[in-house]
Amino acid sequence: MEKRNQCAGSAAPAAILAILLLILVGSTLFIFMDKVWWFPTAITAVGHGIDHQFFLTLVITGIVFVGSQVGLAWVIWRYRDRGQRASSSHGNNTMEIIWTLATFVMFVGLGVMAKNAWAEVHFRDAVPGAIPIEVTGQQFAWNFRYPGPDGKFGRTDPADVSASSGNPVGLDLSDPAATDDVVVPVLVVPVNHEVQLTLRSQDVIHSFYVRELRLKQDLVPGMQIPIHFLATQIGEYELACAELCGLGHYRMHSCMQVVSEADYQAWLAGGGQAIQRGGMNIGECQ
Amino acid sequence: MPGTTLSEDLQQTHGRGGAGDSGGDGGDSGGPGIPAVPQRAYITGMSVALAGILMFFMALTSAFIVRKGISLDWQPFALPKILWLNTAILLASSWTILRARKFFRLGDMPNFSHWWNVTTAMGLFFLAGQLLAWRQLAAAGVFLASSPSNSFFYVLTAAHGLHLLGGIVALLFVGLRWQHQTHLTPATATEVVSIYWHFMDGLWVFLFLLLYLGR
Amino acid sequence: MSSHEHAVHVAPTPSGFIRKYIFSVDHKVIGIQYILLALTAVVIGIVLSLLMRFHLVWPGAKFPSWMISGGVMTPEQYLSLVTMHGTLMVFFVLTTAPQSGFGNYFLPIQIGAPDMAFPRINMLSFWFTFLAFVVMVAAFFVPGGAPISGWTAYPPLSGLGQVTGPGEGLGQDLWIISIAIFSGASLMGALNFIATTIDLRAPGLSLMRLPLTAWAWFITAILGLLAFGVLLAAGILLLLDRMAGTSFFIPAGLVVTDVVQKGHAGGSPLLWQHLFWFFGHPEVYIAVLPGMGVASHILSTFSRKPVFGYRAMVYAMSSIGFLGFMVWGHHMFVSGMSPYSAIAFSVLTMSIGVPSAIKTFNWLGTLWGGKIRFTSAMLFAIGFVSLFVSGGLSGLFLAQPAIDLYFHDTYFVVGHFHLIMGVAAIFGIFAATYFWFPKMYGRMMNEGLGKLHFWITFVGVYCIFMPMHYLGVVGNPRRYSDFSANHFLAPLYSIHLFITIAAIVTAAAQLFFILNYFWSMKKGPKAPDNPWNATTLEWTTSTPPPHDNFGGHYPSVYRGPYEFSVPGAAEDFIPQHLTPDQVGKAK
Repeated sequence: MEKRNQCAGSAAPAAILAILLLILVGSTLFIFMDKVWWFPTAITAVGHGIDHQFFLTLVITGIVFVGSQVGLAWVIWRYRDRGQRASSSHGNNTMEIIWTLATFVMFVGLGVMAKNAWAEVHFRDAVPGAIPIEVTGQQFAWNFRYPGPDGKFGRTDPADVSASSGNPVGLDLSDPAATDDVVVPVLVVPVNHEVQLTLRSQDVIHSFYVRELRLKQDLVPGMQIPIHFLATQIGEYELACAELCGLGHYRMHSCMQVVSEADYQAWLAGGGQAIQRGGMNIGECQ
Repeated sequence: MPGTTLSEDLQQTHGRGGAGDSGGDGGDSGGPGIPAVPQRAYITGMSVALAGILMFFMALTSAFIVRKGISLDWQPFALPKILWLNTAILLASSWTILRARKFFRLGDMPNFSHWWNVTTAMGLFFLAGQLLAWRQLAAAGVFLASSPSNSFFYVLTAAHGLHLLGGIVALLFVGLRWQHQTHLTPATATEVVSIYWHFMDGLWVFLFLLLYLGR
Repeated sequence: MSSHEHAVHVAPTPSGFIRKYIFSVDHKVIGIQYILLALTAVVIGIVLSLLMRFHLVWPGAKFPSWMISGGVMTPEQYLSLVTMHGTLMVFFVLTTAPQSGFGNYFLPIQIGAPDMAFPRINMLSFWFTFLAFVVMVAAFFVPGGAPISGWTAYPPLSGLGQVTGPGEGLGQDLWIISIAIFSGASLMGALNFIATTIDLRAPGLSLMRLPLTAWAWFITAILGLLAFGVLLAAGILLLLDRMAGTSFFIPAGLVVTDVVQKGHAGGSPLLWQHLFWFFGHPEVYIAVLPGMGVASHILSTFSRKPVFGYRAMVYAMSSIGFLGFMVWGHHMFVSGMSPYSAIAFSVLTMSIGVPSAIKTFNWLGTLWGGKIRFTSAMLFAIGFVSLFVSGGLSGLFLAQPAIDLYFHDTYFVVGHFHLIMGVAAIFGIFAATYFWFPKMYGRMMNEGLGKLHFWITFVGVYCIFMPMHYLGVVGNPRRYSDFSANHFLAPLYSIHLFITIAAIVTAAAQLFFILNYFWSMKKGPKAPDNPWNATTLEWTTSTPPPHDNFGGHYPSVYRGPYEFSVPGAAEDFIPQHLTPDQVGKAK
């Protein structure tokens, strides 16, 4: 009991802690509102939808964040030990019910609204006429296969895989459909034309990640996972691996080039050789 | 454990785990002596342990169902016939342990010991039968890694067998009256062990059905 | 037969060093053993994280070769640090200290019991945990080094052996074996906690009179009981895939660096993820629930006010635990699992925000109208609330699959989980230490050093982990040992540098804590029995408590755990064991 007032609340810790909390709130608000560090511009309609959902979530969590942290700062300042007697309240059921319902509506409502963007990515198939491209991940490289003039992907066989001799996806050349397949290390797609990727992996799990598409999807060995997108901005975008795949994970890097339909056709007609068109070296990352 | 030499006169009939508002005998004047762990704690402990064990086997079961559902390489195989016999033995052992418990309650210790030992022996027979089943499969060229169905067969039977072996050790423990070295009364000891035994029996029936229907 | 009940189950104070301090069955000794184990693990874990932060901003830095063989860190060494940092912190610090450590020490005392229900199982579970720790650390010293597959150990990376990378040989085997041993130890621990809480409570101590710490340990134990068996099963299957050639998780036709991997067919990498996260998500609540209990306990004590909405707190913790088992899929939105199930997992995850918000509002309500004293313990408890809010809110982004498409596996996730399950839980541990140290060692900790420790740590952890969210917004992937291959990461160097400097300062501040801890243990001023004027049973016994906890005089309980500032009472606190007659009236 003799220690009772040893650490009794003085104003100093209350003030410092309250000010630190306010600085936290202020700096966080500034960084998010001024967009000091921000997303690259989205290049798909889905991407804009996701950005919208992000913004909505930011506003709602922002209100809760500011409210809670400022509230915390306020109560520790207001109710610091100044010799007063504390109230003996055990709680208030009405308030419990109010904030339970309020957060339920807010959080679960947000979750339900988020469904739309997700549905656009995953609940519909690619449109007819979408360009099929097969993406194969391997430690630590990306391979993109186009079906070639016959429009058909040829057979592959793990036994034929030989990245060192230029057959990274294991094309079985005894299959005529395989001989015209184009396999390149860069993803080239035409603008405003839906693309359907089929993702597969040869060894471990990788993940396809292009920030501007707002899209990420794991490449899982033993599975063929389809995703589709429609890019609306010509340009070159970095493609990173987003699932730990081994010691070279950090350098499993390529790019996605969105080019005009004509440039795309010209590049594809050249069998995937890099060509110089419209200021871009199509088929080769910068 | 050291300390069991202290005699029972230290016993303090302090009701633990009390609910309600006015238990106890007043303040911190509960009187000297260390309250014993109530016997029901052992029953609680066993029930809780079984919940944990159940989760372990449910994880393997869901892996079985998922793995079978997705695979193109699942090869059905004939379960060894001896498993039916083993199952019958284990089911019968649940009945014998019930009899043992009945004689225990009647205070008929010779009959209790008899049926308890019969249960123990049946447990050992079951395990021997399981080993025999493994040998038959191995002789037929069915090994752990031959097919996922075989893998699950070996994993599930081995996991169950190890748990059952633990049950046999517990049966021996009580059969040899070693529980006197612990704080379990004979009544609690027989009850806890038989709960475990019935559970292992039921678990086997479940696993056998899973393996049989899902092979 | 019941008349044969043995009376005594706790030994008289054992003599001899080994019985007393090494293979002790006394829950208090075991609790301290767990805490010291966690302290060892956390020191290693922090050093590993500092090495990683160094490497990220000074990639060519030379380390002494006893620390990093070869002097300059290679990508595989970086990834082995990632793996071991995560594993040591999650299992041997965040699971071990708050639950097994403080729970072991204080659960029996808070419920008025002489010991755990099964003291020998308790001892076994500690020594199994210790063995698991030794096996885990041994992974550093085998050929190939520690595994590089992260604490989540996704196959096939973790399932094929040495071919997929250094550390994936013996190192990965040791990792799995260690985790299996740890699972067994945790199951034994959970069993003890549950039986103890159910059956060993003092007379009058109904469930709704339990301190919230005891509730938190009880719920955490239930989560551990139901989760660790699943991890054990998954670990066994993975080990068989590696050692016995089975194919639970390994599909057919894999080609690693042009070599076909024969002997596997049909396995599913996603199966591992489902099993792992069925354990893994409850695990994050195992880490943070005890911290919630400790924060509630301490906020009430030092604001001299009853916990606001005690029952709501109990229900909130229970529903967090319950919902925690139904949301594992939110770790797998981009894994290739059914996109329809993602919606269910998402909505369930968002709904965990509700009990979390209830807890936050109740903490604010507890402080509201109080008389707040800023002890070190209190500061850390308030810090816990702030971190819990910040870390919890970023979870609302990740819980939405559409937004997770962008943020998954970026630094946004790293910032989120470090705030909520890493630092918040650690703040719970610090608060518990400053609060209970006097009871455990009979001496007070130094408040000045404690406060200094708090200020630097509080500012430091926000400086480390808030910027990680901004890195995530730009799209910085996690688990990269080097940022040079991706051009968009170059402008982020300044943030990484800032984080590294903050990490160094924060880590250095922990020396104040360690110094304070060991210095106070020997030299701190003697502590009275109830230095904080607190109400629960641990403060009614002597300091430190005797071997049987209450010196033979076991308390009965007459009231709820947080009777502070009761109108009409002489003191502003009424201990749980006082009878109505013993409560002094105000003059």
